[in-house]
Amino acid sequence: MTNDILIAVAVLGALGILFAVVLFIVAQKFKVEENPLIDEVADVLPGANCGGCGKAGCRAFAEACVQQGNMEGLRCAPGGDAVAAKVAELLGCAVAQGEPQVAVVRCNPSCKGASRRSNYDGLRSCAFQNTVYTGESGCPFGCLGCGDCVAACQFDAIKMDPETGVPVVDADRCTACGACAKACPRRIIELRNKGRKDRRVFVSCVNKEKGAQARKTCDNACIGCGKCEKVCPMGAITIADNLSYIDFTKCIACRKCVVECPTHAIHDVGFPAPAKKPEAAPAPAPAAPQAAKTTAE
Amino acid sequence: MGGVHPEENKISNDAAIEVMPVGKQMVVLMNQHLGAPATPVVQKGDKVKVGQLIGEAQAFMCANVHSPVSGTVLKIDTCKDAFGISKPAVYINVEGDEWLETIDRTPDIKRECTLEPKEIVAKLKEMGIVGLGGATFPAHIKYSIPEGKKAEYLIINAAECEPYLTSDLRVMLEHAEEICIGISILRKALGVPAAYVGIESNKPQAIKVMTETASRFEGIVIEPLKVKYPQGAEKQLINAITGRKVPSGKLPIDVGCVVSNVGTTFAVYEAIQKNKPLIENILTVTGKELPSQHNYIVRIGTTYNEIIAHSIGQLPETTGKVISGGTMMGKAVANLDAPTVKGNASVLVIGEKEARRNPETACIRCGKCMNACPMGLEPYLFSALVKNGRTDESRQHNILDCIECGCCYFSCPANKPLLDEIRLGKNRVRAAMAAKK
Amino acid sequence: MNLLNISGSPHVHSDESTKRIMWRVNLALVPALIVATLFFGVNALLVSLISVVSCVLFQWLIEKFILKVPSTIGDGSAIVTGLLLAFNVPASSSMLWIVIIGALVAIAIGKMSFGGLGRNPFNPALVGRVFLLISFPVQMTTWPKAASWFPTRFLTDADSGATPLGLIKEGVKSGQSIKDIMASADMPSLCDIFLGHIGGSMGEISALAILIGAIYLLCRKIISWHIPVSFIGTAFIFSGILWLISPDKFLDPVTTILTGGIMLGACFMATDMVTSPMARSGQLIFGFGCGLLTVIIRNWGAYPEGVSFAILIMNSVTPLLNRWCKPRRFAC
Repeated sequence: MTNDILIAVAVLGALGILFAVVLFIVAQKFKVEENPLIDEVADVLPGANCGGCGKAGCRAFAEACVQQGNMEGLRCAPGGDAVAAKVAELLGCAVAQGEPQVAVVRCNPSCKGASRRSNYDGLRSCAFQNTVYTGESGCPFGCLGCGDCVAACQFDAIKMDPETGVPVVDADRCTACGACAKACPRRIIELRNKGRKDRRVFVSCVNKEKGAQARKTCDNACIGCGKCEKVCPMGAITIADNLSYIDFTKCIACRKCVVECPTHAIHDVGFPAPAKKPEAAPAPAPAAPQAAKTTAE
Repeated sequence: MGGVHPEENKISNDAAIEVMPVGKQMVVLMNQHLGAPATPVVQKGDKVKVGQLIGEAQAFMCANVHSPVSGTVLKIDTCKDAFGISKPAVYINVEGDEWLETIDRTPDIKRECTLEPKEIVAKLKEMGIVGLGGATFPAHIKYSIPEGKKAEYLIINAAECEPYLTSDLRVMLEHAEEICIGISILRKALGVPAAYVGIESNKPQAIKVMTETASRFEGIVIEPLKVKYPQGAEKQLINAITGRKVPSGKLPIDVGCVVSNVGTTFAVYEAIQKNKPLIENILTVTGKELPSQHNYIVRIGTTYNEIIAHSIGQLPETTGKVISGGTMMGKAVANLDAPTVKGNASVLVIGEKEARRNPETACIRCGKCMNACPMGLEPYLFSALVKNGRTDESRQHNILDCIECGCCYFSCPANKPLLDEIRLGKNRVRAAMAAKK
Repeated sequence: MNLLNISGSPHVHSDESTKRIMWRVNLALVPALIVATLFFGVNALLVSLISVVSCVLFQWLIEKFILKVPSTIGDGSAIVTGLLLAFNVPASSSMLWIVIIGALVAIAIGKMSFGGLGRNPFNPALVGRVFLLISFPVQMTTWPKAASWFPTRFLTDADSGATPLGLIKEGVKSGQSIKDIMASADMPSLCDIFLGHIGGSMGEISALAILIGAIYLLCRKIISWHIPVSFIGTAFIFSGILWLISPDKFLDPVTTILTGGIMLGACFMATDMVTSPMARSGQLIFGFGCGLLTVIIRNWGAYPEGVSFAILIMNSVTPLLNRWCKPRRFAC
């Protein structure tokens, strides 16, 4: 009995030692020489492998950084300035500066604007639905509501609003990696500068139909009337293809266009709720919740 | 190999073809065919006659568009098609019913055709003939055989294997002789010794009438086919009749075959012998929920709502879906104000209960989709690959071979939207291939 | 009027559903249950009932409290597992509680741990059965003797019998030749074996009842002939060759395929859609492997019966077979 145990122990022990030796030799022989800096850089990256930098993953980004020797044209959106500073320190180069950005959904919630005109009953995929027809709202440019963007987000930062059927971005979680913008077959989502104090103004519509047609499609569609363009003091607004666009690098968030827009297609985000004016007490009461809602978005 | 047996539901079998009156205003889309839109050649305020050219084919893959009515051009604008997509269109205010003088409107059958093959093809182009089997492929391109290739078989698809549709059947029963003349013309255009007409054996009347008529013509063979969906799919039909198989990624002409729909041959007869451009569809209005079943000759540009109003008054309360085409490969219509276009074969109304898809459950790997696939593919695998974004692998498993017949979804006990996923996968593969180039 | 529904084609679906398939399998198992009740009395019914109820209950509990997903017990798959598990154990009174453990293992480990129906690599009923066989070897191999043509006993296991295969294994171990064993009085006649008047797990005894169920499934196109035929065929041919070489040492092929779990295994367990290959060619290989392994385990293994192990081993090969065996493409 004791003998059996001893034999088993001896055999297993000998095998263990043998394999250890083999492994050691193999590891030595087939060692891949790699710049240890890559590992160091990869360690400070967030490791979400979101692909927002345009590389295959965080390690590929690290390799690109080390190979290039500086951070020109390379930016890790999820990591932001903190990570950029750390990587730059490791590489011994200047920190790449970038304005923080956030994903912006440029479509008015469909239940308020465009009413539902049909019931989509197929595969829950915007990319597919886009090939079938214009979508439940009937707007050929509007959100399809199947959540391809939600599925694409690695950071849980974009969610479908069950009430409106249009996605809502959680600005705190959004890292501006751009995955949602790529996933959207209608190119509704855009990365825009976060803006000072997180205050942003944007045209929440991408409908390029002619004014009358766009109006028929959705109450809140941009009809390309050009009123915003005229009122903008910075020349940040341009109209092309019956659609207004606000250049976020020029916009100073004065909100003149928001007031001017006849279809309420221009949204402002991050501004404090308008203070109640005492003389107009009866009127703003119903308007207040609506304003609060847009701010919440 | 593969295939399924959906309920046939050919309930409008016995409804003779009626002529639908013309409405007050017509909207004629400029791309009613596969390829680039035609260029409008009329202007606002122009007077047009029935059959007058209003859209000219300027690109290679394009077909002429003719006015289906007489009247004044209201405007040239865009119009939303049945799926809500804006397309260039000519709006015509209907005034009277004045036809071009060149069009022969007598009911006499004109049997002789003296045109040379090249002239026939040129006339097909002039008359805006497209394939009426569903793909609306411009006929003049199909019948211009490319250099180095030779047509050996002309195959006429009269299988009509789609459930509900009966327009092809009715045309065969009512216009067998015209069809045979049309086939002879196409045979001449191709220079092939014989044309084969494939008819599913569940249409014994049509087989009888066609066989009798064809016996008076040279080189037209009627082939009864096994009843099975998708017997009328191009590749399956070629295989059933000639025994040849179209290789992956190739066209029928690569195995010496040209396939046309039987409805097209009727249009060819009218175009070549009667100088009548393609301005009408033969269209089935059917559905279990409808009070009556119809087959109509409808001018192209009539809206779905007009067709519904004239045939059944209004849609029943229980309507769940309106389909243009059959239940297996037809398209669901979202916009009933849209004008019909060349190749529309039906207005099919499906009840609420049947129209709704059942909720998807987990795949139990039963393999029914695989056994049903007429192309010998693995739909369940594509479903998983597409879900995980593995585009390259789906290409390696020949996702592009899929003919989109829908047998996989039809037979799936888990109600998985397999064909939807495959279509998405095919789009991704095509996009990836285009990006590589 | 309602909003129009829009989807890609096709717009029609066959009346096929997972639920319907599972209930049809359940129906196909009824003849075997009836035979088991005839021969083993109320015990057989009780064991089946307990097994089915506990399988359904465990699935419901797991889905509700652990996975927190909508319950899928309505699809009937847990009932199939429960019935098959019961069919694979002796209809003895000790099984009344042991089978609950089997059900827990079958559902929790065999099925739900992989994500539920459609994702399990192994046949859950067999996972439960093999677990019980290893954990409760005595109870799992104490077979109540089959009663005469009507139930004579209710809740007592007065006498215990042996399965034909058990008799043979014991006999061979003690040095007897197969011929002698077959001639002995304990050995039932071929007719009895076919009808099920023998000892054994309660669902496997009657080849006749199983065949009735299998023919129903074939007609309903729930199973195809490929797996059963190649399974039974391989077992028949392989054991036939062995028998021709040495009739003293090996059992004849007819008795081989009628005894033990080959019939039940080939018709109901190996054909389980989830754990068997999808392509016809893959199914033929799968059945071949099952048949071969069964005969090998029976003749040279420690257990008298090897169907469960053979099927489980081949289950593990299924993903590979799915990868290798592709349907024939229409266009190459």
